[in-house]
Amino acid sequence: MNKTPTETIEHFDIVIVGHVDHGKSTVIGRLYADTGSLPDGKLEKVKAICEQQGKTFEYAFLFDALLEEQEQGITIDTARTFFTWGSRKYTIIDAPGHKEFLKNMISGASRAEGALLVIDAKEGVREQSKQHGYMLSLLGIKQITVLVNKMDLVDYREEVFRNIEKEYRAFLASLNVHPLFFCPVSALEGDNIAQKGPKMAWFDGPTVLQALHAFSKEKPKVDMALRFPVQDVYKFDGRRIIAGRINSGKLKPGDMLVFSPSNKTARVRSIEKFNCHTPPTNAFAGQSTGITLDEQIFIERGEIISTEDNIPMVSSLFRANIFWMGRKDLQKGKRYLLRLCTKEIECEVWEIHRGVNSTNLETQEAVTSIARNEVAEVTIRAKSDVAFDLYSDFDSTGRFVLVEDYDVSGGGIIMEYISDEQESFRKEARQRDIHWVKGEVKLSDRAECYGHRAAVVLLSGTDDAGKIELARKLEKKLVKEGRHAYLLDGENLRLGLDLDLSGTDSSETIRRLGEVARLLLDTGMIVITPSINFSQEDFQRIKTLIHPAPLVSIYVMEKETSSPPDCDHLLCEIRNHEAAANEITAKLKEKGILANIVGPSTFCYTI
Amino acid sequence: MDYLDVLESQSIYIFREAYKNFKNLCMLWSMGKDSTALLWLARKAFFGHVPFPLVHIDTGYKIPEMIEYRDKVAREWNLRLVIGMNKNALKEGMHPDQGRIKCCTALKTQGLKSLLEEKNYTGVIVGVRSDEEGTRSKERYFSPRDKNNEWDFRDQPPELWNQFKISFPEGTHVRVHPLLDWTELNIWEYISREKVPVIDLYFDRGGGTRYRSLGCAPCTGSIKSTATSVEDIIEELKHTTVAERAGRAQDEGRGLEVLRKEGYM
Ligand SMILES: Nc1nc2c(ncn2[C@@H]2O[C@H](COP(=O)(O)OP(=O)(O)OP(=O)(O)O)[C@@H](O)[C@H]2O)c(=O)[nH]1
Ligand code: SF4
Ligand SMILES: [Mg+2]
Repeated sequence: MNKTPTETIEHFDIVIVGHVDHGKSTVIGRLYADTGSLPDGKLEKVKAICEQQGKTFEYAFLFDALLEEQEQGITIDTARTFFTWGSRKYTIIDAPGHKEFLKNMISGASRAEGALLVIDAKEGVREQSKQHGYMLSLLGIKQITVLVNKMDLVDYREEVFRNIEKEYRAFLASLNVHPLFFCPVSALEGDNIAQKGPKMAWFDGPTVLQALHAFSKEKPKVDMALRFPVQDVYKFDGRRIIAGRINSGKLKPGDMLVFSPSNKTARVRSIEKFNCHTPPTNAFAGQSTGITLDEQIFIERGEIISTEDNIPMVSSLFRANIFWMGRKDLQKGKRYLLRLCTKEIECEVWEIHRGVNSTNLETQEAVTSIARNEVAEVTIRAKSDVAFDLYSDFDSTGRFVLVEDYDVSGGGIIMEYISDEQESFRKEARQRDIHWVKGEVKLSDRAECYGHRAAVVLLSGTDDAGKIELARKLEKKLVKEGRHAYLLDGENLRLGLDLDLSGTDSSETIRRLGEVARLLLDTGMIVITPSINFSQEDFQRIKTLIHPAPLVSIYVMEKETSSPPDCDHLLCEIRNHEAAANEITAKLKEKGILANIVGPSTFCYTI
Repeated sequence: MDYLDVLESQSIYIFREAYKNFKNLCMLWSMGKDSTALLWLARKAFFGHVPFPLVHIDTGYKIPEMIEYRDKVAREWNLRLVIGMNKNALKEGMHPDQGRIKCCTALKTQGLKSLLEEKNYTGVIVGVRSDEEGTRSKERYFSPRDKNNEWDFRDQPPELWNQFKISFPEGTHVRVHPLLDWTELNIWEYISREKVPVIDLYFDRGGGTRYRSLGCAPCTGSIKSTATSVEDIIEELKHTTVAERAGRAQDEGRGLEVLRKEGYM
């Protein structure tokens, strides 16, 4: 038996794009027919149906499978077709050209490694010829070959071909895209599709079949830095498995990993695999895998795993180019759901710097909304920190989609990191956490032993509402119960640690308070902090510094008059401080910070 | 990574997205090679577990060996089975003689619809491949169906960079297609590589014929073949130019497009 091993066969995803009716489906139909790649009788069957319905046969009908597509003579949605030639297997995606279906074209093109762009020789460069070229450049598809089709309609004249080539080459160059070839073809007559015809002797370039072969495979991403987004965390058979697909790089047991944006670190204990007797010794780019860690840290879907020496960026702000596909316009100031790899977070379109007309590339400044099928340069502000990369460094962590009304409505690529107000604090926290020298006792050990996680309870509120008294009662109650709690009053820092500060350096005061809290958290403590006059900014800074430990904010009000700020729990007109402290402990239980039972238990502070 | 690894990795990714994002998830299992390979991929994705029920729509006309095989595998792999059947239609004597489209609509589409409704599944994993026939080549990995189970192929949501349709309004559900990129040959190569136990109806058991595609007994023809192993089948496929579903009667004319639009798999 002569078995060809699958390894020697190369697979390639190609998309075919261009203006409506310029002959994309016909090119593919012809390619399949002329290389004998259609199943037996398929051509005859389609011909018979056409005859029966009194229509002229079209090669396009081979792939325009929907009734409506054949009736209207257009492609509505992309078709995935399979084609083998020589040592290559191609998945060829036939995209629609009609402008109504741009989102379908994008869906098809987003997964391609190379593209054929078809231009009608008679009609020349049209709107979607340009728009599709532009979209390919935004989608990062660099290998493009342009087919000038329907040469039969212009008597196979070289000059027509050269003019289109000149015009379109200049257009692509303005996008910094440089096509591999321009090929004159006639899909209808089969010239230069699978074979060279006699009619264009003046052309010495490749046929479509040869042009396909000239596309080269992207080099694998194993040698790049590790980017491994957490897709899910499973608990199977007593193991806690972090599951996901590695986008780039590789890892092996023993490697120290950094999770962003939480800044947690842990080592790989094992790589998990089903139906495999000796566990794998490594995992690398492209694989959907699962790992266990040496420490039970709390990790959620959306975190990006890297190694210490090359971590992704973290900010709540970044600048991006977006192409919009939504039914409603993209609007400045509007909230959308942002999805970047497996991270999902609310965001706001903070600024639209300019809009770009995707068919002629004209730009417009000072716009507040962007219509479907147009492109915009925007600044995105996420509700909290997001880990990402620039698209130019890592494609998969450098792009995202925006979701509106349940549907993916826009695609964006990240162009620029923008520092937000938290930047210096975040940098401090990241550096500190990644390089933190750990003892043998892990946070999870402490949590299990104490029956609670470490957390900060921040009590704020109106003057004279009784925060300090409440903080005292809460500390007392927790300690009496056997929990580990400490009242950290900012006033006490002033008496010692902050003696070198003048009274006005509030940013440094807050930084020190945050760092002291961070130390106490590392001891497994529940830190209770009453605040006298925290601004919203101070609050955010503390959160950044102790991140990712939970911060429970309690707001205490004297009367229900003023509108309270965002908080986890609201207390009004406290009469009985003990009862109020009980309310807070109930809240801590609800949030999974306190176990129901005091002391060592099977308290699981993860998942 | 070879190409089967690439396909496997994408399928696993899709499985995990589905499991993470759909509260009420199920997978259709027809005991055919595709959905059995799919089942194997689920076990790979979840490290030996299948954390959702497997739905089988029994038309009452299935080849008896298929039911035996189903129950045996379910026991061995610890699967949760949910069986759906349109008993009323069968009682009233529904049979392919009454027209295949009519029979398929009643026994398969209707059978499935009422089960989905009863169990309130919001995500249904299905092993369709895009090389099977025209309308399937236009599917998305995550494909929404409306309240009436209908597929609006005129207006499918965009799908790019592995960001799928994972949120949807009340009352609708999503079909999940982890095998979309696979071809018939890939499936067999994978079955061979992984040693997935497939039902022996696919092999010639002495009579010089075998099934290439499995469905109901009255409507699925066998083909002439002496292939007795997965490797034989792979060899055979490399040289055939006959379409896989050629033995399936309901595919004639526009039958399948009409059926699929209304909720057929
Ligand atoms: N004369 C001539 N006609 C062609 C040629 N190629 C395609 N056509 C015709 O152009 C029309 C459109 O062809 P399609 O292949 O459907 O075009 P398409 O680009 O796939 O269109 P959409 O997918 O709807 O954007 C059909 O009527 C074809 O027969 C060619 O080389 N010469
Ligand atoms: S395949 Fe045949 S027997 Fe089965 S439901 Fe369809 S028509 Fe009826
Ligand atoms: Mg077309």
